[in-house]
Amino acid sequence: MDNFIISRFGNGVLSAVLSSLLPLIWIFPYALFAIWLELKVAAHMQDRLGPMRTGRWHGWLQPVADVVKLLQKEDVIATATDKILFLVAPVIVFSASYAVYAAIPFSPAYIGTDINVGIFYIIAIGALVSLGILMAGWASNNKWSLLGAMRTAAQLVSYEIPSSLAVLSVVMVVGSLSLQDICKAQEGWFWNWIVFSKFPFMVLAFFIYFVASLAETNRVPFDIPEGESELVAGYHTEYSGMRFAVFFLAEYSNMFVVSAITAVLFFGGWNSPFGNFMSGPVWGVFWLLGKGMFFVFVQMWLRWTLPRFRVDQLMYLSWKVLTPFALANIAVIGLWVILRG
Amino acid sequence: MSAVRNYFTVIWKGIWTTLVGMRITFRHLFVPAVTLQYPDERMPLPERARNRLYVNMDDCIGCNQCAMACPVDCITIETVKSLPTEDLGVTSTGQKKRLWVTKFDIDIGKCCYCGLCVPPCPTECIYMTDVYEFSEYDRKDLIYHFSVLTPEEAEEKKRQVGSAEKGTASKKVATANQPQPAVSGTESKVAASSEKGPVTEQTGGANK
Repeated sequence: MDNFIISRFGNGVLSAVLSSLLPLIWIFPYALFAIWLELKVAAHMQDRLGPMRTGRWHGWLQPVADVVKLLQKEDVIATATDKILFLVAPVIVFSASYAVYAAIPFSPAYIGTDINVGIFYIIAIGALVSLGILMAGWASNNKWSLLGAMRTAAQLVSYEIPSSLAVLSVVMVVGSLSLQDICKAQEGWFWNWIVFSKFPFMVLAFFIYFVASLAETNRVPFDIPEGESELVAGYHTEYSGMRFAVFFLAEYSNMFVVSAITAVLFFGGWNSPFGNFMSGPVWGVFWLLGKGMFFVFVQMWLRWTLPRFRVDQLMYLSWKVLTPFALANIAVIGLWVILRG
Repeated sequence: MSAVRNYFTVIWKGIWTTLVGMRITFRHLFVPAVTLQYPDERMPLPERARNRLYVNMDDCIGCNQCAMACPVDCITIETVKSLPTEDLGVTSTGQKKRLWVTKFDIDIGKCCYCGLCVPPCPTECIYMTDVYEFSEYDRKDLIYHFSVLTPEEAEEKKRQVGSAEKGTASKKVATANQPQPAVSGTESKVAASSEKGPVTEQTGGANK
């Protein structure tokens, strides 16, 4: 894909800019769709209808109307804020979550950059999101914002460990950090997917990764950083208009990032579940996005099922449940890889 | 040992109850919504629902009984005697109408929807309808004027009666300084809350 763009436009800089903008083609429609889906899933799980009027058919224009409203709103910057940090924070949050898309293999033919430390890069860059959130909370000069930001930092530090350990078990089995290699290792029918190998330890790794990734995206039940009932809105309390929209976009793009990584690590990435049926570069995009969207739906599903954790319960889950299990899991899988290959 | 067992039991319970909860929420995804698309569809009201008051002025004889029954004094009635030459017709129940109802105001903002005004009405002309959408931007718009006479016509009627009274005043001296019209008891209570004491009804051309 990059070679194709370079051959078309010749100029290296121009083609680099162009190919780095490619994921935006997916992110913007996805974010709008996900907002609508969230509204509808929330409504129907509570036996309501959700938006029904905007755009006539089941309120499909509602997210567009919301974005237009946010664009029109005043960009309020309180006088007591640390202006530079305040203005930079949403940019950092979004660019960190956007940078992750560089290493996600959308299809056998398209990956932003097939670096040999792909998943390591994703974990490292993904952690930058919490830096942006911490900046936002600190710069807002507001108790709620700062509390929310500190909770985010604490949560991220705690949950990076089980999620990294779960990722590591996949890396041990495949023997590569490159996401493209991980996808290639799961070619063929769906029983070749990593989640079904080393049964049942990979299922456990998947559960650990999924729960930890929920916490990293601050989704319910791990949404104490922005718990409305306690912290107004958490780190983005002081943000309005377009800057708030950027935070929102980053949150939804993060949701897809962790879902896509779950799909790549455990569910075959761009591989078709049915061998050669419907496989290829273009179908690859379909499968990856489809699997990613499924996990986005599962996140929403969980959101409307579970209540919010208390801080101590959150820490209990991470340090006393997920981390020991992940450690034991990695030891067992490591032994299995050494002894049986 | 029990601590270890408790640890695993709690984990198992956490996973199991989450799955149970997810099954419930997933089932509800396909349950038809219990809400209505309100302005398009409406919930049917109970048969005897009490909402907006309505007065059928064709049947009103101006007897003031509804205003007397009202516990919050939201009905104001003012009547003028009809002249012997005038024929106001009869109500649908066959009662002869003798009074011009120059004012029949209901302040629905005060109404407590008790429905006590309905049973006393001898001609069953005041009743509660099932209309419940009558919000207004101005509180003044919540005072409904039911009188079929325009204010000018009402003034005209009062003047006519006034002059007729003057004609009869020479015969009946005792009633000369009695206020007219006779049925205006609630007028003083509602219309002029700031004024104390009985308000003398202004008849004839004495109005400001």
